[in-house]
Amino acid sequence: MARMTMREAISQALMEEMDRDPSVFILGEEVGVWGGTYAVTKGFYDKYGPKRVKDTPIAENAIIGAAIGAAMVGQRPVAELMTINFAFSAMDMIVNQAAKLRYMFGGQFNLPLVIRAVGGGGRQLGATHSQTPDAVFAHFPGLKVVSPGTPADAKGLLKSAIRSDDPVLFIEHATMYQVRGEVPEGEYLEPIGKSKIQRPGRDLTIVTYCKGLELSMKAAEELAREGIEAEIVDLRTLRPLDMAPVLESFKKTNRAIVVEEGWKSFGVGSEVASRIYEQAFDYVDAPILRVAQKEVPLPYNRTLEQAALPQVADIIAAAKEVLR
Amino acid sequence: MAEIIRMPKLGFDMAEGTLVRWVRQVGEPIQKGDILAEIETDKATVEVEASVSGVVLQHLVDQGAVVPVNTPIAVIGQPGESVAEPAIPAAKPGPAEAPRPASPATATQEVGVESAEAAPSVAEQPIKASPLARRLALEHHLDLKAIVGSGPGGRIVRRDIEKVLAATQAVPAPAVAPAAPPVSTYTPLPSPAPADTVVATSKLRQAIGRRLLEAKQTIPHFYVTHEYRMDSLIELRQRINAYLPEAEKVSINDFIVKAVALTLRRFPNLNAALRDNEIIQFGHVNVGVAVTVPGGLLTVVVRNADQKPLRQISSEVKAMAARAREGKVKPEDVEGSTFSTSNLGMYDVDEFIAIINPPEAAILAIGSAKQAPVVENGALQIGWRMKATLSVDHRISDGAEAAQFLQALAEYLEHPLRLLI
Repeated sequence: MARMTMREAISQALMEEMDRDPSVFILGEEVGVWGGTYAVTKGFYDKYGPKRVKDTPIAENAIIGAAIGAAMVGQRPVAELMTINFAFSAMDMIVNQAAKLRYMFGGQFNLPLVIRAVGGGGRQLGATHSQTPDAVFAHFPGLKVVSPGTPADAKGLLKSAIRSDDPVLFIEHATMYQVRGEVPEGEYLEPIGKSKIQRPGRDLTIVTYCKGLELSMKAAEELAREGIEAEIVDLRTLRPLDMAPVLESFKKTNRAIVVEEGWKSFGVGSEVASRIYEQAFDYVDAPILRVAQKEVPLPYNRTLEQAALPQVADIIAAAKEVLR
Repeated sequence: MAEIIRMPKLGFDMAEGTLVRWVRQVGEPIQKGDILAEIETDKATVEVEASVSGVVLQHLVDQGAVVPVNTPIAVIGQPGESVAEPAIPAAKPGPAEAPRPASPATATQEVGVESAEAAPSVAEQPIKASPLARRLALEHHLDLKAIVGSGPGGRIVRRDIEKVLAATQAVPAPAVAPAAPPVSTYTPLPSPAPADTVVATSKLRQAIGRRLLEAKQTIPHFYVTHEYRMDSLIELRQRINAYLPEAEKVSINDFIVKAVALTLRRFPNLNAALRDNEIIQFGHVNVGVAVTVPGGLLTVVVRNADQKPLRQISSEVKAMAARAREGKVKPEDVEGSTFSTSNLGMYDVDEFIAIINPPEAAILAIGSAKQAPVVENGALQIGWRMKATLSVDHRISDGAEAAQFLQALAEYLEHPLRLLI
């Protein structure tokens, strides 16, 4: 185990996979000479050269399109989107091509494609560059959507994503690159599509992922000081969604909140709550609450931005409300 | 021919009942024996069955109404039959006939009008309970109506069910006292102490309070305790139960009910009630068995227990106790006892004294059967012992008679084969 940042963990996963498999290559805006907008691929260009670390024009549709083509002929591209907000420019390529190619061609093609995208708000990047549209992508069958909340999971899940024969959207949070944690060295894989209990507890279940995990862990610490023990289930993968640990936890606690950074309406919380109601109705002891972003375009102004994003205090309040 | 259904008299002292719910609405067909309505008395919620087959022509009282015993509550007849107003004599006992309709068309119309009017004036409040609480209540045969919710808006939640479960143990039949106390589960202490809880008393709770206060204040009780050798009975029970499926196994209390009934046959003065200056010695021996139910207790009645075989007593008590716990006792389950028993044997109780269930003459309080060091023929041995205490109304009987009753009871309990012949 080594203690490292989320950035270092992602970087390590990429490097290990590029060393292991020569068909793995990186493409995206400023990933090469500049070393990545968030410095994840710093040093890669010098180590692997321009054939395996490709700087592209500012044309997301083309980046993903090229990556799809490469994947169809057997390469394992890792395409980086500077922010997930730019994925909208490549929407057709992602949801209409990547997500459906295997199906449309009757299984003749694998699509071992990873799209790394930086999501989330909190960096005062304005309404169009600060979104958390994870649920939008998780809506589409055919696409795996992964979003880690710890450095170890980032490494283990990214390595699994690169080895997956299906397209994976790998969402990293813009404010979490400096989050530190213990990360296993070398060959370390976390399975895609497996939720995980990140903190055991008996009183309520907090279902969350990515940035929500960081906030929920802090909230759980404060709740513990008041004698409330929250169990935190980290989804890690939104599609395919693994409800087993969620349901197991809920059948124990009978009360749950779902924490996500995206908007509440039609979101991850809605999906998780619905599945609990459908699959564990007879265990429900209180309405499941959703903690999410206020329903506005995320403001640039720092105070307003923080007011719109879900905070630790919101999670604590929801936890207490659901325990009434 | 239209038949009037009346508020039944479900107990010795029942004067009125609350019509909780119409199970069959106006216009619905109903078979004899089907449930027409649910009514709540001091003792329980009971179901009123249709005494004839036909169609519900009219509800004569609204849901929620408090109705004196014997008052007409509904009319059942054939489709198209009229229920025009003179058909309903207010409180005249006995069946009444509804006049024939002038024409089928008018009748249909009238029934239609009735059905609109019969809608309850005050809508019944749905019970607020979480799905989990509902499931737990179902599993444990608890009546949600009897539980006070502590969740938002009075919602019944898991902790409310758990509170009731902790307060009530659901098995009336006694077991042999357990060798070791059950391991209690760890309950974290609340900190700081929670706020006071105010729980409204149920009708059942109020009735128990009223009746037993009256008993304790007006009946001069005296008490006699006897210790019984239970070795033979316990061995016999094991041998009998070896032949019986799990659901039909007989309990120690079943033996006791039978033994008490046979003994009472020899002590008619304790199978009795006081009425002014007369003692009524009952011809039937109907043994009451106290059963714990959510929020209180009910006494279910084994009729003619002296004449029934052990297994019949056992199955009747099981069935009545189950109905009592579900709040669905039938009137005959709880009325007509001539002598009561109360058994706390399953709670590892040495002995206790019970309050007489008025207007009866006596009640027997039964403790746990336990292994104890005993002296037999001058030697110390281990034996099964059980204490029972008879509470008696001194206006009816005296200590000597009570002691003789307890001695006579020993002839059955200590030679239990006599209960089988």
